[in-house]
Amino acid sequence: MIEEADARVDAPILQVEAISLAFGGLNALRNVSLDVVPGCITALVGPNGAGKTSLFNAISGFYRPQSGRVFFEGRDITRLSAPPRAKIGLARTFQNIALFRGLTVLDNIKLGRHAHLRTSLVEALFYYGRPQREEIELRAEIEQRIIDFLEIDHIRHAPVGALPYGLQKRVELARALAMKPRLLMLDEPVAGMNREETEDMARFILDVRDEWGVTILIVEHDMRLVMDISDHVIVLNFGEVIARGVPAEVQKNEEVAKAYLGSGEIGSQVRQSVTEMAAS
Amino acid sequence: MRIGSAKQTYAADEAIFKTDVQRLWFGLLALALILFPFVSSDYWQLLACLIAVNVIAATGVMILTGFTGLVSLGHAAFMGVGAYTAAYLSNHLALPFWLSIPAGGFAAAAVGAVFGIPSLRVKGLYLALTTIAASFILQSIFFNWTAVTGGARGLTIEPASMFGHLLVTPGAIYWIAMPIAALSVWWARNLLRTRVGRAFIAIRDRDVSAELLGIDLLRYKLMSFALASFYAGMAGAVWVYLFRVITPESFRLIESIFFVAAIIVGGLGSVRGAIFGAVFMTLVPELLKIGASDLAPYWPDAVKLLSPVRTIVFGALIVGFLMFEPLGLNEIWLRIRQRFALWPFRT
Ligand SMILES: Nc1ncnc2c1ncn2[C@@H]1O[C@H](COP(=O)(O)OP(=O)(O)O)[C@@H](O)[C@H]1O
Ligand SMILES: [Mg+2]
Repeated sequence: MIEEADARVDAPILQVEAISLAFGGLNALRNVSLDVVPGCITALVGPNGAGKTSLFNAISGFYRPQSGRVFFEGRDITRLSAPPRAKIGLARTFQNIALFRGLTVLDNIKLGRHAHLRTSLVEALFYYGRPQREEIELRAEIEQRIIDFLEIDHIRHAPVGALPYGLQKRVELARALAMKPRLLMLDEPVAGMNREETEDMARFILDVRDEWGVTILIVEHDMRLVMDISDHVIVLNFGEVIARGVPAEVQKNEEVAKAYLGSGEIGSQVRQSVTEMAAS
Repeated sequence: MRIGSAKQTYAADEAIFKTDVQRLWFGLLALALILFPFVSSDYWQLLACLIAVNVIAATGVMILTGFTGLVSLGHAAFMGVGAYTAAYLSNHLALPFWLSIPAGGFAAAAVGAVFGIPSLRVKGLYLALTTIAASFILQSIFFNWTAVTGGARGLTIEPASMFGHLLVTPGAIYWIAMPIAALSVWWARNLLRTRVGRAFIAIRDRDVSAELLGIDLLRYKLMSFALASFYAGMAGAVWVYLFRVITPESFRLIESIFFVAAIIVGGLGSVRGAIFGAVFMTLVPELLKIGASDLAPYWPDAVKLLSPVRTIVFGALIVGFLMFEPLGLNEIWLRIRQRFALWPFRT
């Protein structure tokens, strides 16, 4: 009995089983399988065009893979559309920020909670009783748990479009946290950030895991960050998983280094990271 | 000087009016609207009623087009559905106006939701085209379903009545039209403070990521169509009690374009813009007409001869807005308010 309970604790929160996804003749994902261990930070790395964002899209229900299955907390969600997947706790941020530029920071964050609120159309028109209570509670929770935590108090009423890039990325994380995530998927959360902003973000990500108990799946090119914060690393190349393991193992893998150096389109940052990796 | 009020509670920060100054101005506006029928002529009362009807309908179009990003050129036809429904219920079932007006709204909402179904697949110009088709289909029903609509000759209805009084004059209808307009605006403002309004805006701005946030596009797009059509239906029903005759001619495509023009001139994406737009589009042609008739003593044919000029001036004003003030009257209003924010200490 006890063993069984233990087994359940360690059961992967997310299981991707042999997913294949093609756009016309292009195979973006080929027979990709992976498990995400709860309470951990799993990094998904690979050169540009490897299929990382496509995999995120397949997991969040935005793309329909041609074959394969996806399980979330033991439940087969392969046929579920995107909105219900968001509701059961799959939250994500986007490689190219996908905030609502005309709305304020606060409204963007509130949007994250949409699926968990109950106000109906008719109730909304009168804004009396439950809708008001619900809105005020939401506001208080966002203020106390998210805005304080991510240190964005000073911009809560600012329209998102007017904010610098690094802050927009942070607001996107805030919105994802408002979704009551069980699994948080971050697509290149520090791309284009300077060292200081990157370090802030790394701290937030670690805190989300440790204090919020949220499992994290992260796509990132910044190898130093990946090696620093992740518990597991999965390497994707041309739509296939070519390596996986703890950071130290993956670091030593020759095929991984080859995949990065072999792809002509890698940015200088990646090249530098790989060199750093090899040196360390 | 206006002192920035320290926000005591989140409730205060989420309120529609955040300062006492705002509440004071609103109170004055409400007072003016209440006193208006006592100090104005029939003509101005009729105009006020028309403005109220157009504010109701334009607010609906603003919800659908300005907030949800779905273009509709079928709105006049949805208004027609509300008008015929109210007339039928009033004539055949002797329903009082306070039941037949919401009934007109619900009938239009049902029809609007059906014609909103294509919005799940098509956007922008293509959606505009499908709503034009809706407009033509409904027009042909208005013309041909003679038993209900009276066909091309249309139909007349008995005046609304309240406690045995017949509400015949525009001054009496004002007490129906203006409160409903106020209610419509208040509803729209409330909507925007809740998850429903936020979902509409999310769909407008990026419907792909809206879905990934858990927003069901099907549900919310149809909801927006239904609500906007409910507004149109109520506007149509009020309109019926104002004029007491309906023909299919009253709800043509051009009227739908009128509402889209109103929300653009007023300022897309704000409830205030819908009000400004409706007032502008109703008043300006009338003011131009008055201007022309003022010339009559000096130039007897002025009204007749200037009629095409009036249309051109009106058109030019709209084009001018699109070119020089694309954010509409609301933007001008915000600029003025900004300037006087510190008045009278600094201007
Ligand atoms: N919507 C799409 N239509 C066609 N091809 C796509 C689409 N999305 C991604 N791809 C292609 O799939 C491959 C993987 O892309 P992507 O998942 O964005 O890679 P990564 O995020 O690892 O850089 C690329 O070759 C890309 O061009
Ligand atoms: Mg990518």
